[in-house]
Amino acid sequence: MKTSSKSAALVHQARAELTASDSITHPQKPGRRRLMAQSLAVAAGLGGLTARSAQGAELAVPKSNLEAGRPLPENEYGMPAKFEAHVKRHRTNVFVNRQNFSDWSFTPIHQQHGIVTPNGLIYERHHNGVPEIDPEQHRFAIHGMVKQPLVFTMSDLMRYRSESRFYFLECSGNGLTDWLKPASKTVQQTHGMLSCTQWTGVPLSVLLDEAGVSPQATWGLAEGADGAAHARSIPIKKLMDDALLVYAAGGEMLRPENGYPLRLFIPGWEGNVSIKWLRRLKMGDQPWHLRSETARYTDPMPEGKWRQFSFEMEAKSVITAPSGTMVVRPGPVEIVGFAWSGVGKIRAVDVTVDGGRTWRQATLEEPVLDKCLTRFRLSWNWDGTPAKIASRAVDSTGYVQPTVEDIRKARAITGFVQHHNGIFPWAINASGEVSNAIA
Amino acid sequence: MQSLNVQLLGLGTIALAILTGCAGSGPTSGTTASAHGGGVRHAHGQPISEADLARWNIDVITKTGAGLPAGAGTVSQGKEVYAAKCAVCHGDNAAGGPMFGSMVGGIGSFQTNTRVLTPGSMYPYAPILFDYVRRAMPLTQPQSLTNDEVYAVSGYILHLNGLLPATATVNAQTLASLRMPNRDGFIVDDRPDTKAQRCMSNCRPL
Repeated sequence: MKTSSKSAALVHQARAELTASDSITHPQKPGRRRLMAQSLAVAAGLGGLTARSAQGAELAVPKSNLEAGRPLPENEYGMPAKFEAHVKRHRTNVFVNRQNFSDWSFTPIHQQHGIVTPNGLIYERHHNGVPEIDPEQHRFAIHGMVKQPLVFTMSDLMRYRSESRFYFLECSGNGLTDWLKPASKTVQQTHGMLSCTQWTGVPLSVLLDEAGVSPQATWGLAEGADGAAHARSIPIKKLMDDALLVYAAGGEMLRPENGYPLRLFIPGWEGNVSIKWLRRLKMGDQPWHLRSETARYTDPMPEGKWRQFSFEMEAKSVITAPSGTMVVRPGPVEIVGFAWSGVGKIRAVDVTVDGGRTWRQATLEEPVLDKCLTRFRLSWNWDGTPAKIASRAVDSTGYVQPTVEDIRKARAITGFVQHHNGIFPWAINASGEVSNAIA
Repeated sequence: MQSLNVQLLGLGTIALAILTGCAGSGPTSGTTASAHGGGVRHAHGQPISEADLARWNIDVITKTGAGLPAGAGTVSQGKEVYAAKCAVCHGDNAAGGPMFGSMVGGIGSFQTNTRVLTPGSMYPYAPILFDYVRRAMPLTQPQSLTNDEVYAVSGYILHLNGLLPATATVNAQTLASLRMPNRDGFIVDDRPDTKAQRCMSNCRPL
């Protein structure tokens, strides 16, 4: 009994340590962690927690081998292991909002494995909170410049042949605090308004054909059933091309914060046009020029101008490990990250470890899909001297991810600027500490 | 066997062509035959009239004012509506409050390094204010204001921005005809606006 309570205390301590750290694979304080893992391995028989640290010591049989596990509950929605409690979304903590109705939270992309973001970690952006909508009560209407206005129940919509496609989703404001000087510490803060999953729904073109769109219609207005009735004008060409009316993601019905029970999904375009809690689509012959497409989601340009309807999310990449607040040790370092493009597939990713003087082509991990997160990796032997690392994406159109300097020649970088797809460097100092090096 | 397959294929093609020809024009409930997806065309939408969608139909084409409803309000009525419904978050005189920043001023600031975004400085068309207030404000009770109240409070905000006199009465015509300072401030997406090269060695440092 005495040993058992001691080991419970150690496990509790280890968990607190893990929770305080940003990452298991790149702990902030490797020395302390190693020490603790060793004492754990010896005292509590948790050998294998960190193989490297246990070098020279005989591995004990894990306690989990020596007892029965927990029984299966009669009903359960499975949750992550309690040791993974540190993997979570974070609300804005750089630009501090004074209210949390119109707010956003970031996906921990540095803790994401593979290209699929778990549903509970898909980033959020709401304009007036998360509505609770009963799918039995929800209605979706198509009207305006159509032959016959139509209304659909959720059951109606789910009778159509569905399509499931992998796409990334990125907020146009991703990175808006970090253009000219570092404001954010972690890649979750700099790039976490980015997620990717398999979206399931009905091609919007099927329903538009059913309603019979007028030949004069050129735009559609999509509007949500939320407290902001968030709405955007979208060209009909895109609506007919690859837009999906989505009710499921990652194999289950949408989470409330991601549009349950129904959302629009506009592949490759800024997230806010993929209207959540979608209640209607109205066809018209011009854009509506609403607040959300004039005063918001527009780009400051030279001579006091603003660029609007900049829908496509251009090719972009970022190194997710090593990244801000992580610590690396001299020797082999596996550089990994994500690349994506709203206008096609990723053709190549280049990585620099010398601040941009030379670049090496990274390996792309399959699958490499259209308008989808693509993982890249490059093995690097860090010699322990200060370094600046960054990645650069090339997409299937031949477009090369620009530097902030390149972007600055064309746009005005003033205030909170949207559509930041600049190359994003991380600095590594002689102690191995990684920090935001945008400047 | 080979010739039989060809014959069957040929028959299938003809059959599909006939079914396609029979596919109903216009919306119908249930399924009808079609060349798509295994010969069955889904059509499950229920016809609805625009009249039955009237309470959802709240959008305004802000450039022309199309969609603005009947009704009117004065700037002074708007001041009262503002005090009762808006000031708690936006502050007195729309100068900024505990939740949101100022909604007044900024006209002319876009030529400087600090652009101040307010309805007065930013909106290219005045009906944007009506559309947004009607659909989204007050945050805790959206779509609770009457059209007259929305006209009135829109007029008050525009007045505070120096764009309407204190004596103004605001209706659809007032908003549609008001020329906003940033009317010509927008350009349409012209990206890609960078032409980065894929330099691999001897490149300019980041």
